[in-house]
Amino acid sequence: MTQVLAKADAGCATSNFLASALERLPGAGLVPHIRARAFEAYARAGLPHRRMEAWRYTDLRALIGEVLPLAPRPDAAALARAKASARRVAVDQAVKLVLVDGIFAPELSDLGELKNELHVQSLREVLENSATGAMAGLVLSTTDDAVIALNAAMASDGLVISIAEGNTIRRPIQIVQVATGSSVSAFTRSYLQLDKGAHATVVQSFISAEGASGYQANDVLIALAGDEASLSHLRIAADAADAVNISSGIIAVGTRAKLDLFSMTCSGSINRYQGFVTLGGEGSKLSANGVNLVKDKLHADTTIVVDHAVPHCTSRQKFRAVVDDCGRSVFQGRIVVRPVAQKTVASLSTRALLLSDQAAADNKPELEISADDVTCSHGATSGALDNNLVFYLRARGLSEMDAQMLLIKAFIGESIEEIFADNLRDFVTAQAEHWLQERL
Amino acid sequence: MTLLEIQDLNVGVDSREIIRGLDLMVNAGEVHAIMGPNGSGKSTLSHVIAGKPGYEVTGGHILFRGEDLLEMEPNERAAKGVFLAFQYPVEIPGVTTMNFLRTALNAQRKARGRGELSTPEFLKKVREVAGSLNITRDMLKRGVNVGFSGGEKKRNEVLQMALFEPSLCILDEIDSGLDIDALRIVASGINGLRSPERAMIVITHYQRLLHYIVPDYVHVMSKGRVVKSGSKELALELEACGYAQFETAA
Repeated sequence: MTQVLAKADAGCATSNFLASALERLPGAGLVPHIRARAFEAYARAGLPHRRMEAWRYTDLRALIGEVLPLAPRPDAAALARAKASARRVAVDQAVKLVLVDGIFAPELSDLGELKNELHVQSLREVLENSATGAMAGLVLSTTDDAVIALNAAMASDGLVISIAEGNTIRRPIQIVQVATGSSVSAFTRSYLQLDKGAHATVVQSFISAEGASGYQANDVLIALAGDEASLSHLRIAADAADAVNISSGIIAVGTRAKLDLFSMTCSGSINRYQGFVTLGGEGSKLSANGVNLVKDKLHADTTIVVDHAVPHCTSRQKFRAVVDDCGRSVFQGRIVVRPVAQKTVASLSTRALLLSDQAAADNKPELEISADDVTCSHGATSGALDNNLVFYLRARGLSEMDAQMLLIKAFIGESIEEIFADNLRDFVTAQAEHWLQERL
Repeated sequence: MTLLEIQDLNVGVDSREIIRGLDLMVNAGEVHAIMGPNGSGKSTLSHVIAGKPGYEVTGGHILFRGEDLLEMEPNERAAKGVFLAFQYPVEIPGVTTMNFLRTALNAQRKARGRGELSTPEFLKKVREVAGSLNITRDMLKRGVNVGFSGGEKKRNEVLQMALFEPSLCILDEIDSGLDIDALRIVASGINGLRSPERAMIVITHYQRLLHYIVPDYVHVMSKGRVVKSGSKELALELEACGYAQFETAA
């Protein structure tokens, strides 16, 4: 299968692609019909482009042009390569769940652990065992976003995780998504449900196995933090240097529930993370933070849309970007405050540090406030390292490189320090420091 | 022993001459005051000795213990024992004072071929000096100079001076922005560091500071060169007559 899935310039796609892919995609009953509808929605819109406000800085038609064919099912050799890579990014103490080329790999996962507290199934398993199609809704696309619609049509696997009322999962759950192929794409779609009062930390790591190149990953995570639940979600994209990663998070937060979101992109060619958070229960809290570490020709876009749908919710966001070489970082932060959402408190700070003359950063904060009794603020800056600070440190004995390192670490630290758990903060810090070391 | 020897120094910024044929010789154990009106080149001199980028040395030499200082990176100069107390110490959010002190001290020790200090040794040393300068533990935990008052920033400079044990200290208007109590604390910290092995260059507008830090020599700078040198009495003369007489002399 060397044909591409959808040509970009025309923005349309031949349904043959879906037809040929369908044989390999899980789901009976209604599922194929829902997939076909989602594919039609995608085919009508085509890849997003710069004339669409939400994709203004990340014109996928220009940047990726086409969607690559589905990756083949990983063989034993691919799984072995994936295993070696997954080990390198393992979070200490985490329950590991591994997806390889878009397919769940139970042999690489810690499935047996925590089976009393945690209910985990693969999406494929759920769709295939639901003969009546009762679970068909899992591939329903609820937005008009074309990449999410495409994901609904093409999702080959993913994880369906639920945590029952009142359960606290102390160990982090780490979903490791490994790409082993070249010039292929993987579509993954996962569900996460925390019932009332449940607590969990979910880390999503996107990585490549040795030899993987030029692949495309399209992931969707749909999560629900029920009333009084607390979810920490970290997403770390460390893809191959020429890979494309388009990930979407759709997360609803219930009454007095809490969501801590952190996104770090540190490699790849084109990366877009779009998080859609609905604060749908009164008194819910969101802390969304992230770091884009951008060098070479990486284009890293972090777009967060926060919907304050009810009163008395709080959202705080802090994003930092460090951009070197010919890299480009995009941060779009949209905060919607509905007419009923009085007493909303929302803040958004986004800053970019440009380390080279060719580096670029786009910061777009957008506030849509329809209630009058709210406290909302935003700030955006971008600039180079302050030479006076660098000189001060050099005059105290630090080399120019060490001085820069210390200042860059402090800069991204403003966002990283928001990560609540010590071990995860250390994990992210170590990855960021690795990036900085490699830059030298 | 001669620590610093400046011969016929010429310095420009953006092709504008700031220092024009300056000579200065500083021996170990001496305290030199450099006075002069605004724009006479005092701060430029301190920046050039410390190695701040952006200045063009168009002529002359600066030797430190006989070595060409102008060939060295700022961090190499620091490791050799040159310390500049900044007129405007910068704020560095996100880097705690403690972390900064430790990183800088270890970088200098490493460059001097000495091992890193152990944590207890380092803490003991910092707390000892901090205590004598009224620097609280809370200040040490905060970002470097973040939220510090003018006096606290200057005390933090003196703290570093005491920790790094430089052989040449250049104090660029250490008295600016200080009230009289803060000035006393800072001056007594500096006086405590006077020693036969160490030299100091005290840059100031005002005689006031020199009541507290009594210099061995006073130099008057005007239009980029030293126009008069003398003993500490010269400072009193300046206080009485002002700088105007030297403006024409230069």
